[in-house]
Parts: sequence; C-alpha cells; structure tokens
Amino acid sequence: MTELTRLSAAVLAEKLRAGEVSSVEATQAYLDRIAAVEPAVHAYLHVSAQEALATARDVDERRAAGEELHPLAGVPIAVKDVVVTQGMPSTAGSKILEGWVPPYDATLVERIRAARMPILGKTNMDEFAMGSSTEHSAYGNTHNPWDLDRIPGGSGGGSAAAVAAFAAPLAIGTDTGGSIRQPGAVTGTVGVKPTYGGVSRYGLIALASSLDQAGPVTRTVLDSALLHELIGGHDPRDSTSIPEPLPDVVGAARQGALGDLTGVRVGVVEQLQGEGYQPGVQARFEESLELLKEAGADVVEVSCPHFEYALAAYYLILPAEASSNLAKFDGMRFGLRVEPEEGPVTAERVMAATRGAGFGDEVKRRIILGTYALSAGYYDAYYGSAQKVRTLIQRDFAAAFDQVDVLVSPTAPTTAFKLGEKLDDPLAMYLNDVATIPANLAGVPGISVPNGLSDDGLPVGFQVLAPAKADDRLYRVGAALEAALEARWGGPLLDRAPELG
Amino acid sequence: MTQMVDYADAVRRYDPVLGIEVHVELGTRTKMFCSAEASFGAAPNTQTTPVSLGLPGALPVVNGTAVEYAIRIGLALNCQIAESCRFARKNYFYPDVPKNFQTSQYDEPIAFEGWLDVELEDGTIHRVEIERAHMEEDAGKNTHVGGSTGRIHGAEYSLVDYNRAGIPLVEIVTKPITGVGDRAPEVARAYVQALRDIFRVLDVSEAKMERGNVRADVNVSLRPTPESPLGTRTETKNVNSFRSVERVVRHEISRQAGALDAGEIIVQETRHWHEDTGTTTSGRVKSDAEDYRYFPEPDLVPVEPSREWVEEIRATLPELPQARRRRLQTEWGYADAEMRDVVNAGAIELIEATVAAGSSPAAARKWWMGELARRAKLNDAELADLPITPAQIGELQGLVDSGRINDKIARQVLDGVLAGEGDPEAVVVARGLEIVSDDGPLLAAIDEALAAQPDVVEKVRGGNQGPVGAIIGAVMKATRGQADAKRVRELVLERIGA
Amino acid sequence: MSTISRDEVARVAALARIELRSDELDRLAGELDVIVDSIAKVSEVATPDVPATSHPLPMSNVFRADVPVPALPVEDVLAGAPDAEDGRFAVPQILGEE
Ligand SMILES: [Mg+2]
Ligand SMILES: [Zn+2]
Repeated sequence: MTELTRLSAAVLAEKLRAGEVSSVEATQAYLDRIAAVEPAVHAYLHVSAQEALATARDVDERRAAGEELHPLAGVPIAVKDVVVTQGMPSTAGSKILEGWVPPYDATLVERIRAARMPILGKTNMDEFAMGSSTEHSAYGNTHNPWDLDRIPGGSGGGSAAAVAAFAAPLAIGTDTGGSIRQPGAVTGTVGVKPTYGGVSRYGLIALASSLDQAGPVTRTVLDSALLHELIGGHDPRDSTSIPEPLPDVVGAARQGALGDLTGVRVGVVEQLQGEGYQPGVQARFEESLELLKEAGADVVEVSCPHFEYALAAYYLILPAEASSNLAKFDGMRFGLRVEPEEGPVTAERVMAATRGAGFGDEVKRRIILGTYALSAGYYDAYYGSAQKVRTLIQRDFAAAFDQVDVLVSPTAPTTAFKLGEKLDDPLAMYLNDVATIPANLAGVPGISVPNGLSDDGLPVGFQVLAPAKADDRLYRVGAALEAALEARWGGPLLDRAPELG
Repeated sequence: MTQMVDYADAVRRYDPVLGIEVHVELGTRTKMFCSAEASFGAAPNTQTTPVSLGLPGALPVVNGTAVEYAIRIGLALNCQIAESCRFARKNYFYPDVPKNFQTSQYDEPIAFEGWLDVELEDGTIHRVEIERAHMEEDAGKNTHVGGSTGRIHGAEYSLVDYNRAGIPLVEIVTKPITGVGDRAPEVARAYVQALRDIFRVLDVSEAKMERGNVRADVNVSLRPTPESPLGTRTETKNVNSFRSVERVVRHEISRQAGALDAGEIIVQETRHWHEDTGTTTSGRVKSDAEDYRYFPEPDLVPVEPSREWVEEIRATLPELPQARRRRLQTEWGYADAEMRDVVNAGAIELIEATVAAGSSPAAARKWWMGELARRAKLNDAELADLPITPAQIGELQGLVDSGRINDKIARQVLDGVLAGEGDPEAVVVARGLEIVSDDGPLLAAIDEALAAQPDVVEKVRGGNQGPVGAIIGAVMKATRGQADAKRVRELVLERIGA
Repeated sequence: MSTISRDEVARVAALARIELRSDELDRLAGELDVIVDSIAKVSEVATPDVPATSHPLPMSNVFRADVPVPALPVEDVLAGAPDAEDGRFAVPQILGEE
C-alpha cells in the first residue's frame, strides 16, 4: 500500500480513473504516510483527515455511478497554510492567526474542491512567507526529508517536504521571491512559479502583492502541469489576473518528455552562476546544460546586467508592501488579541501589544523596514527607486528573450543548509533567493527541476525562466531535462532519498 | 481659553481663506471594491464580503459604475479627466478601517483643475477653484458604548459595523478660496449646497446631508491682509449640514482672530464641530497623522478612461442647476431680483410645474412668491410642504384667466384648496363663488344703487366720472363681490347714459 | 550611507503599531542598518530617466459590474472576532478622533 504514495499524481489519477485504486485507498495511504513521517518531518500544520476521506468517498461513489469527473478527481493534495480554506485553520505560520478559521475559500481552493481533490491538510511555512528555510514558522521547524538536520527551504518548506517525503502527491506553494522554487531545489521536488497573474491571488494571505504568485509543488514536471492547468486562468476577483487563457502547459510537458528540444534556444544567465554558487551546484548545472544540448537545444550565454540589483530592490519592495498588507492583523476583527500588560486598554495599545506579541522576529523586522521605506521623505529614494530597478530588470529579460526562448540558471546557490545555521544572519538567508528573485520582479514564470545531488549528497535544482505568459516553455524544457536525467539515473531522484518513518 | 472676537471685527482686521473638502457617498448598488450591497439602514455587518471586512487574502476589484459617477462629477465641476490614474494606499491604523489602510487616490486623481461658480443669496457669484476630485472608500461606523456621555472619551469600548466600509466616495478638494472677506461663511455654505444640488441632478448620490451622504471638512485660516502669505489652517471634520458649514466658518474666524490677537500661534490640527454649543474643539494631535505612507495600490491596475468614454459621459450630462436657472429666467422673463427670490425660496420646481399646468410665468410667480409664500411663512413651513400642488395653482389661475372668478375670489378658493376641500373647480362650485355674469341680477342691484345715490348719478351725468366708484362699490357689496367689476362699470355708465 | 538609529526604530515601530521590547529595539537597530546600507545599491542605477514599474504586467481598466452578491452571513462575519456584541465587533475604547 505504501507503493501508492510513490506514484506520480498523473499515474495515480490514471489508476483512479481505471478503477484500479479507489480515492479512499489513496487518501488513506497518504494519511498513513503522514502519520508515519510527520514526527520526523513536520511538514503539516493541520491534517484534515476526516474531510479528505469524505471527499475521497464522494469521488469513489460518483465514479462508481459513472459520473464524468475532473482528471485529478480523487488525487489528494496539500495546501500551503498561507492560502485561506473555508472551515480549515489558516495561520500563515503565524501566532497572530492561531485558531482563525476563514469564512471563505481562495479561488484556487474553490477549483481544487470543484475538481474533488481531497485536501490532506495545510503545510508549514515561514511566518507570512517571510524566509527561505521555514525556520520562521511560529509552529516549529520543518525538516528536510533528505537530512532531518537541514532546512527544507522556504517559505514553502512544508509543501516541498510533504511532497518529497511522499506525504502528499501534490501541493500548493506560493512564490514571492523563490518560495516555491528554492524549496523545490533543496528537497529534490519540482516547483513552478507561474507568470504573475497566471494563478488567482484571491485568498492568498498577501505578503507582497506585486510579487506573490501561487503555483504547483510536485514530484514530476507533468504533475505540475496538471495542477497548474487546474488552478490557473482568469479570475475576475483578482484585478491583476491575466484575462487570456493559459497556454497548453500539459501538452507542453508531454511534448517535452519526448526529449526533443531541436531549435529551442536556451540562454545561460551570466550573472546567475559562478561566485557564491557551491561547486556541486555549478557542476550539476553544467551537466544539465550538456543534456539540453544533446536533446537538440542551442545553448548560449546571455547577460542580464541589472540582475545584480534585484536583491536590493526586492528587499525594498517586499517589506514596503508587506508592512501595509500585514496592517490588518491588529486584534480587532479576527485572530489573536493581546492586552497591554499595564496601562489603559485602548484600541491603539491593544493593536500594538497584539502585533508585538503575535508577530515573530523576521516579520517585525520586515514590517519595520517597510514602514521606514514608505515613511515620510523616503518613498522616492527607497520604494520608488526599487520600482525603477524593476523596469531595468524587465528590460534585461526583454533583451534576453529577444535572443533565446528560455533562460536557465541554478535555482539556488547552495544545497540545504543546517537548521539554525543562518537564522541570525538575515543577509546570508536572503542570498538564497538571488537566482529566483528576478523572475518575481519582472513577473515572468519559472520552474525548478531537480537535477542531481551535490557533493554533499543533497539535491540541487535547475531553474528555467520563460517570457511572461509563455509558461508552456517551462514545461517543455523542464520535462525534456527531467526525462534525460531520469534516463541517466534509471529512476527519479527521490528514489535516492533516505527512507523515513 | 482665549477670547472670541466679534465676527464683524474679526473680518475687518483679518482676511479669511477657506479650503473645503467634500466627501459624497455615491449611490451605486455595490461598494467601491466589492460586490457587497451599499444600501442604507441594513442590520449591522449584514452587507459585507471578505473584501469589505479586510479579511486576509481578499482582493479589491473596482466598481466600473463608481468610476463613471466620478467622471460625471468631474465633468460637472469643469475638471479635466485624467488619461491615466491610479489608486493608492493611505496607511493608518483605526478600528473602522478594516485593512488599516484606505484605498484612495493620492497623486493621480481621476479629475483635477476645475471650478464651480457659486451664487450667493444676493446674486453675487463667486468662482471656487477645484483642485481635484478623487475616488476612495468609506470607513465603517463606530458606536461608543459605556462611559458617562456616550461620546468617545470616557467610552469603555466601541462596537464596529462594517456595512459602510467600502462604500464609494468621491472627495472634492478646493484650492484656497480667497477674496471672500466677510462673506466667507456664506460662500462656504453656498458652495456645499451647490455641490449637493449637482450630485442630485447628476443622479450619482441621494446626497442626503442628514444621512451623512455628503460631509464637509472645512479648512479656515486667517491672514492680516489679502497680500500676506496664507496663515496656518485648522480643519474641522465631518460637518454635515449647510447651516453648520456656515457656522463653523464664522466660529473659526472669531476664534482664530481671538487667538491671533492674544499672540497665540494657530496650530495645524483637526477640530471637531459641536452642533449643540456651536463651537469647535481641538482633535487629538496624532504624531503620525501626516505620515500616511502612501504608495500605489499593488492589488489594482491603473484606470485609463478612454477619451471616447469621457465624451460619451459628457454628452449625457443633464442640465446643471445654474444653467437651468439661467435658461428658466430667460424663458420666464423674470428680473434678476425676482429670479433670485424664487431660487432662495426653493420655488423653481414649483413654478416650473405651475407653468407646465397652464399658468403664465408671471402669474405662477405671483402665486408662489406672494400669497403662498405668505401662508408658508405664517405656518413656518416650506413652500413645497403646503397642501397644494402646482397643478391646482395652474387650474386656479385658469379660472381667473377665463373670468369665472376674480383675484379676490381666487384667494377664497385657495383657502378652500388648502383646507382640503378639493381642487379649485370643486371649491368654486361647493362654495358658490362663481362670478355673476348674468346681467339680470346685476341690473337689479345697479338700479337699487342708482336710486340710493341720486347725487352721484347727477355728477356723473354732468361729465364727472370720478364718483362712479361709489355706485360700483355698492353693487359689489350687494353681490358679495361675485360680480365682475369691469362689467358692473360698463352697465352703470350705460344705465346713467353717460 | 544612511543608518537607522534606535530612536528611529522606535518612531517607525510606533507608526507600524508594534510594541517592541527594549532588547528588540537594540537588535533591530543593528539589523535594519545592515539592510538599509545594502539598499544604497539601488540608487546606483535608479536614475531619473528610468520609469518605475509597479505592476509587472501592464494592464488597465479592470472593472466590475455594479451588481450585488449575497453578503457573508453575519455569523461567519463575527465567528473569528475576538469579541462581538449585537452583531458588531467589540473593540477597546478608541482614543482620538470621533
Ligand atoms: Mg479631509
Ligand atoms: Zn477622503
């Protein structure tokens, strides 16, 4: 029965449709796996066993009755806790939302429910998605299934670890500066950040509105495409949602898996390699480039000179927007309310006490920085200048995509570091996202595909970036690379992860 | 507390400058950024969505009708309409602001650089320059519970209702209004009143002051002379009646003059108006009040009204109150002073309807501004509240014009109509007031009068027609005024053979 | 090179409505300084001729029809409230403006 949890979502969906397996069996297998590995991994903040099984039973009954169901019906899924789920706790990893049960569903959750996918639970994350290690969760660390002493990446470490530990076949992540792709890289899973506006943000507890994007976290490229197709597309409740239909991402993934990239022009971003990148990461990257060439791709080097300003711009834009987005957590309408220890109990003082007690260090740090950056006299110099860097980075992308179809780089400069290692060094932590942030600033889509193990035996990710609204290119190139790698390895990378539970 | 300076003295020695910010709640069906119903008077918190409650994850979407209304207002105020504008976040913590920021417009308002000519009661016209009109959302409503006064200070806690949160607002901001001198209070009042009238004809708001649909923030500053630089202003918030707008300005002028006389420095602050005492008090000076950390709202995209759309809206604008007044004055042939009285009495619609019911404009004005105005004043009522319709006045005047009754009897008919006896025709019949037009009974009365006053007859026969009035008077008396005096005169002269 | 003093952190914390302990003020003053220093980098290229981008994809005029949808049930509205009374959210006394 544990074998069920090792199937890809696409294969599981096929077996469900063929009646070889029931959704209750699959869901129960995942719940059993969760029970077995959670003590070690702690990927979940909330497991919704009863609800998941109820959905699974419903799917099985409908299928037995001959009802036409969504291709992913009955396939379980885990959802990052930053996404609101009606009737299910949604904390965004923060004490300030402990016990809050939203009265509504995010658009992507509505679509998941409409497809009748059992929701296994909500996954752990850095508080309000601020972090690259999931160590900033108010509810404890998530551990990397490859080495329990190491971080699973962040902010979506829970989703990535759940998928890597076979505790979910599919998961939802959100990516503001790399929070889907970097955890994917360090846990040996696939993560996709769609084009900005490609997946509705309605119901995502906002971190930085102009950067946030939800996307799939899976074990295969095709699985990501299937999930992307479900959650993507226009949503009238999100003003920044792209009105045009999503490109055929599933078709692109299937085409890519055939292994032919003849005529595809691949640009290696000069600025996203070399110094600061771990030798093992760099080595795997170069091997993957060779595989792409063997598949027929033309690989050239391109320069994106303003990428070196991306991190600085990001850490102005993100805190500024976050400071405003997180203002609503004040103890007045929902969530935690803390009264001041002494002195009069006024709304103003209760707000300050609630926020002082309810937010963790990293959240306070970024709110203070963002408030400062927007405060009188600093707007133009800080936030305004950062928005200009965005323009320059977009121009870099535009120029690069004039020459090539996709851009590639290592997803993260290093493999998973040890828990606690960078906790007191925010800047070192921020450097994890150096390769992923430019895509968020420009709004372009990106994927991370596991492309081997570094010298330390830990997984490494290969990032592919495409022009806005051309998400299908990620899947074609990603699937081709995946096929070539698995052919070489004789199976998925995750087969080499240590046994758990 | 410093001494208030007598108003007349204050404006003799200081030059007041005004600035007025008017918020109008738009009459859209739904809120500015979500599809919650925006109607008035529902039970608390029954008109909210995750968006208007500011729940985590919720996102705003702009109400297209609200944008259209804002453009209508901008055009009516002679503004330019932005080719591209954006929403911004105005960040401040307050329990009735669900997100702890108000989604508003900051440096890119939808309408800017306009003006409005404001007419005072004596016909003086003052042009108020409009700096901008921008879109934003209303806040929720706090009710203060506990404490002795029920006011906010001393309240133990507050209850918040978010039904109003997110209702679309347009805020109209004037440039400094200068050169108004002692008429500042009147100008302020007339400006807000003119805006209210415009909102109504544009059909963008019910514009009920008493419901808070229209609220004014009144800025007042004083300077020694019109040549001096602007003084420091105070802003009195949320004034919600025309009369209060006028009183706030008067009060602030007297108060600030007193402070300046005493050598005090006016601090830039918000003040609260107290209707009961007719005074303003200082609002708490908040250290962060001016640091709203505005930045472009990243959850919304720019609003770029096409020029075609703007022209389409312009083409469907209704006739605005001032233009309408001018047109009607010309059509009715009233003198300036006559028209002003009509406007001040709020009688335009009544007269227009009376004319439509067949009366001449002159007669309509005579009735409404004369007899009816007198009766309204006696009853301390508005003209429109009298229990008589323009159609009835039209009918009454019709009876006079056809000679069936005369002016004097018409007044009695009016009494009957006002007393609820029915339409003029019915009152004439029921009270038997019709003019006696049959010469038979008249001749009898004339002969009687002639016999009673032979001396008068003699004088008239002698060529002196002057005293004939005595005969006519006697005839009219005998017929209880129901005779047509003109006809009586003809018959008398005929009878005497003069 | 700008730096953020402890007093400045305290001012900003008040603006952001976050009560900070004394040790937090000390630590943040140091940490924010590092970040702000790194930010000077942005100004190297953010010249006046470069327009700002606030939305990654250029879009405009996204409007909603003025048609009501059912409201959230008032029980749901208040379900998460720390305190409620008479169908309304109960909040501590508000100082300042009315
Ligand atoms: Mg104001
Ligand atoms: Zn306003």
